[in-house]
Amino acid sequence: MISLGVLSPNRPIPRKYLPVLVTGGLFLAMFVAGGIRYEGFASGQVVLNVFIDNAFLLVVAVGMTFVILTGGIDLSVGAVVALATMISASLVTDGGWPPTLVIPLVLAVGAVLGLAMGCVIHYFDIQPFIVTLAGMFLARGLCYTIGTDSISITDSTYTGLAQARIDLPGGAFVSPSVLVAVVVILAGAYVLHYTRLGRNVYATGGNEQSALLMGLPVARTKIAVYTISGFCSALGGVLLSFYMLSGYGLHAVGMELDAIAAVVIGGTLLTGGYGYLLGTVLGVLVLGLIQTIISFEGTLSSWWTKIFIGLLLFAFILLQRLGAARRT
Amino acid sequence: MNRLARHRLLWPVLILVLLLATNVAFTDGFLSVQMKDGHLYGSLIDIIRFGAPLILVAIGMTLVIATGGIDLSVGSMVAISGALACLRISELDDQNAVGGVLAAIGLALALSLVLGVWNGFLVAGIGIQPIIATLILMVAGRGLAQLVTDGQIITVNSVPYKLVGGGYWLTVPFCILIVLVVLALTAFLTRRLALGLLIESVGGNAEASRLAGIRSRGLIIVVYAFCGLCAGIAGLMISSNVSSADGNNAGLWIELDAILAVVIGGTSLAGGRFSLGGTVLGALIIQTLTTTIYSIGVPPETTLLFKALVVTLVCLLQSPTFREKVFHRRGRGAPPASTGADTKVRVTV
Repeated sequence: MISLGVLSPNRPIPRKYLPVLVTGGLFLAMFVAGGIRYEGFASGQVVLNVFIDNAFLLVVAVGMTFVILTGGIDLSVGAVVALATMISASLVTDGGWPPTLVIPLVLAVGAVLGLAMGCVIHYFDIQPFIVTLAGMFLARGLCYTIGTDSISITDSTYTGLAQARIDLPGGAFVSPSVLVAVVVILAGAYVLHYTRLGRNVYATGGNEQSALLMGLPVARTKIAVYTISGFCSALGGVLLSFYMLSGYGLHAVGMELDAIAAVVIGGTLLTGGYGYLLGTVLGVLVLGLIQTIISFEGTLSSWWTKIFIGLLLFAFILLQRLGAARRT
Repeated sequence: MNRLARHRLLWPVLILVLLLATNVAFTDGFLSVQMKDGHLYGSLIDIIRFGAPLILVAIGMTLVIATGGIDLSVGSMVAISGALACLRISELDDQNAVGGVLAAIGLALALSLVLGVWNGFLVAGIGIQPIIATLILMVAGRGLAQLVTDGQIITVNSVPYKLVGGGYWLTVPFCILIVLVVLALTAFLTRRLALGLLIESVGGNAEASRLAGIRSRGLIIVVYAFCGLCAGIAGLMISSNVSSADGNNAGLWIELDAILAVVIGGTSLAGGRFSLGGTVLGALIIQTLTTTIYSIGVPPETTLLFKALVVTLVCLLQSPTFREKVFHRRGRGAPPASTGADTKVRVTV
């Protein structure tokens, strides 16, 4: 009876799920509209392709969600992604290191970078915006000191993973990267909702002063989210190096904006303390579907993507504002 | 001596002097300024000339940051303004017609002003966080700029337009004159009139200043509009200097450099006080840093590493917590830990 009660009209869906539902509704509407307008659009594989093409963005956006939930922001993610591809490519191709050694190393580098930024943000009380900006300069600068040109990866493990397909029932398929992304999303959702760290993240974002006075480990939480974001960016970089099969200092330029946009479109409040990982996933899917629709349309140029994303951002932020105004 | 040591521009000035001294050590005749064909030439002039767009954008950014905001969209506005001006000029029958060029410039600046007002409206009218409000235009603006140029790089061949970014007037590069005029005007408006005080009060506490009778909304919109205008002029300079407009790359990352310049100059990102002189110093430091890296033969790719280092250093030095933690332990007669402005609850974790 309880499960039925949730669905009955007398018990409306809790307000807190509304932003996620709006994003989900938008995704569905876009998918249906695309299916009506274009031949061959309304298939499961189109959605799966969005996953395949945006697996790295999904992983990066998960880390960004953690940071934004605490009320911070991480501008360094795109640069860390690029650094991860660059380190992987240079060690695997030029250094001849085995991938089993390179990938953990790259992930550790990302996590350490995030940890360092988190420490500076917390212990010296400097705005996340400016600290992660410095981190962005640092990571991009490190890319260029490794090399200014694109380094291609020919290692058999990487090419194998790039070409591998995992068949799903019904003739559909995904890439191994999608599996990694799904695992990261599930792990992230578990941490956010079923662990102490997750509760602390929401509490810190809701009101840092109150969290401190309640005796919650705000320092550890804030440092942890930037470490998670650094780790996720590095993992995103590893996935991107599978996808691109190259390392380049100019990879993932502007990815921090895509990640922030996905989080915002997913209904997470930028002031922190409110939002769901599912929303972020839907946000990434909406961004991916915009690109798919523009490529199906054929006549629209690629820059329309940016304009549409800007318009969507505007619409969703406006919705957030209206929601916030009603709540107070 | 003590007052000098505590002056807030001490560190930026020291860094600039240090950078210039490095240059003097590595380059012969670095400080000499010569007259050639009635134009001023020299490394110092070049630094100011190439830094002119950055100084302009940073001046606008200073006022925005003084109100407690931030404008991420300046890079996009640089691209849009350059693109629109070049498009209009390339459509002229005679690209050297002064009237047509002026009309194109006027149109580009008007559009920048409108975009700035849009940002201000989002921040003050709707109440969106400044980072996010301007993020919208930062993302969409690049698309708009490419829409204007149709994804191409528009090249123009116009003598009057070239004057804006690459020309000389009265032996001085014209763009330096523009910067001087804008700087003088801004300094006059904010430091000789009450405007600067009002801006700082809005940055200190928007609600309190509204209750004190300051029309903070209007003020914020004006500030963002001014920032848009500055970015527009910078966009004209950049596109005029290379006689072309590139919607994708013009003004790329100038917003970060501008914010950096403002922060180096001692303006607090929290708003409430600003220093125009500091900002100009900051922009000059960034430009000199770039020049220094080229002149001492360090690979230019490492510019970003140096910038990261400088940002971190400056931010740490400006952070009260850092000073307290580091200098207090060394027992260097640090000032009392709690000042009147510092009302935050601090709980040791």
